[in-house]
Amino acid sequence: MSILSEIEKEYLKTDIPLFRAGDTVIVNVKIKEGEKERVQAFEGVVLRRRGGGTRATFTVRKISYGVGVERVFPLHSPSVESIKVKTRGKVRQGRLYYLRQLKGKAARVKTRDRV
Amino acid sequence: MVEGLIGKKIGMTRIFVDGVDVPVTVVQADSCHITQSKTKETDGYEAVQMGFGLKKDHRTNKAMKGHFKKSGKLNFYKLQEFSGEDLGELKPGQAIGCEDVFEVGDYVDISGTGKGKGFAGVMKRWNFKGGPAGHGSKHGRTGGAIGMCATPSRVQKGMKMAGQMGNKKVTTQNLKVVGIRKEENLLLIKGAVPGSINGMVTIKKALKKTK
Repeated sequence: MSILSEIEKEYLKTDIPLFRAGDTVIVNVKIKEGEKERVQAFEGVVLRRRGGGTRATFTVRKISYGVGVERVFPLHSPSVESIKVKTRGKVRQGRLYYLRQLKGKAARVKTRDRV
Repeated sequence: MVEGLIGKKIGMTRIFVDGVDVPVTVVQADSCHITQSKTKETDGYEAVQMGFGLKKDHRTNKAMKGHFKKSGKLNFYKLQEFSGEDLGELKPGQAIGCEDVFEVGDYVDISGTGKGKGFAGVMKRWNFKGGPAGHGSKHGRTGGAIGMCATPSRVQKGMKMAGQMGNKKVTTQNLKVVGIRKEENLLLIKGAVPGSINGMVTIKKALKKTK
C-alpha cells in the first residue's frame, strides 16, 4: 500500500481542523456557475467520517425548510475550500445515523467543552 | 517505439485533477526489458519481445536461461511480443520506461486475467432474472427452459447456462492515462482495470480511440 499512500500524499490537505462526528461545522464549497465561481456555505452536524488518504469523506446533515439534507464531501477535494468547526458535540457513537429518525428538539446534539 | 508495456496492478485510489475527483488505478510497469528483436529477415515480421517481472536465477530453467542469456543477465516471469514503429532502434537488454511509450492524455487498452468467480449460476453469470422466491415457487435462481421439444431435439449452441465465470482474459478499452511517475514507472489510469491487485496486465495504445 506504500505506493498508493505515496501518490495520495501529494493531494492531501494539511490545514484540516480537528473535527469528528457530532460536531457542527460550516463547509465552504466552491460552486461553478458557467464561467463564474463562488463559495457556498453548508452548515450542519457531521454524521460520520470515513475512509483514509484522498478517499476520506465526511457527511454533513442539516434541516433545510423542514427537510433533512445530507451532503457527502470529499475531505481533501479542492472544491471544499474550508471547514470551520462551530461547536463540538458530545456524542457516544462514531456514526450518528440515529439523528435521521429524530426531529426538532430531540435531534439536537449536546455540546462538549473539551476538545 | 513499442506500442505497449507489461505492468502490475497496484491498486485504486482517488486523485484531484483541476478540482475534480478522478478515480485512478495505479499500474507499475517497472522492469520492462527488451529480450529479443524479431525482424523480417529472420522471423518474417517485425516485433520485439518484452520481459516483465524479475525472476531469480535458480527459479529459471536451463532452456529459458539460454534464451535470456542472449539479452543480458536478467530473467523474467512474463514474456510478450509487441509490434510498433522504428523497432530497429531497440536492442535486446534495453530497459523501457513508462514515459518512453505513453504520455499523459493517451488512451490505452488494458488486458488482464479477470477475477475468478468459480462455478456461477445463470443469475450471476448472465444476469438472468430468476423466478419468484416465495409463494411455493420452486423457480428461485434457476434458469428455466433451455430450448424446444422434439424439433430440433437438441440445445442451441451457445445457450447461456451455469458454469465457470471469470478467471479469463478481459480487456478494457479506451482508458485515459491521467498521470505518469517516471521514477517509479507508475501509470495512473482513469477507471478500473481487469484483474486482482498484484495481477499482471498488458497496457497497449488504444485501438479505437486516440487523443
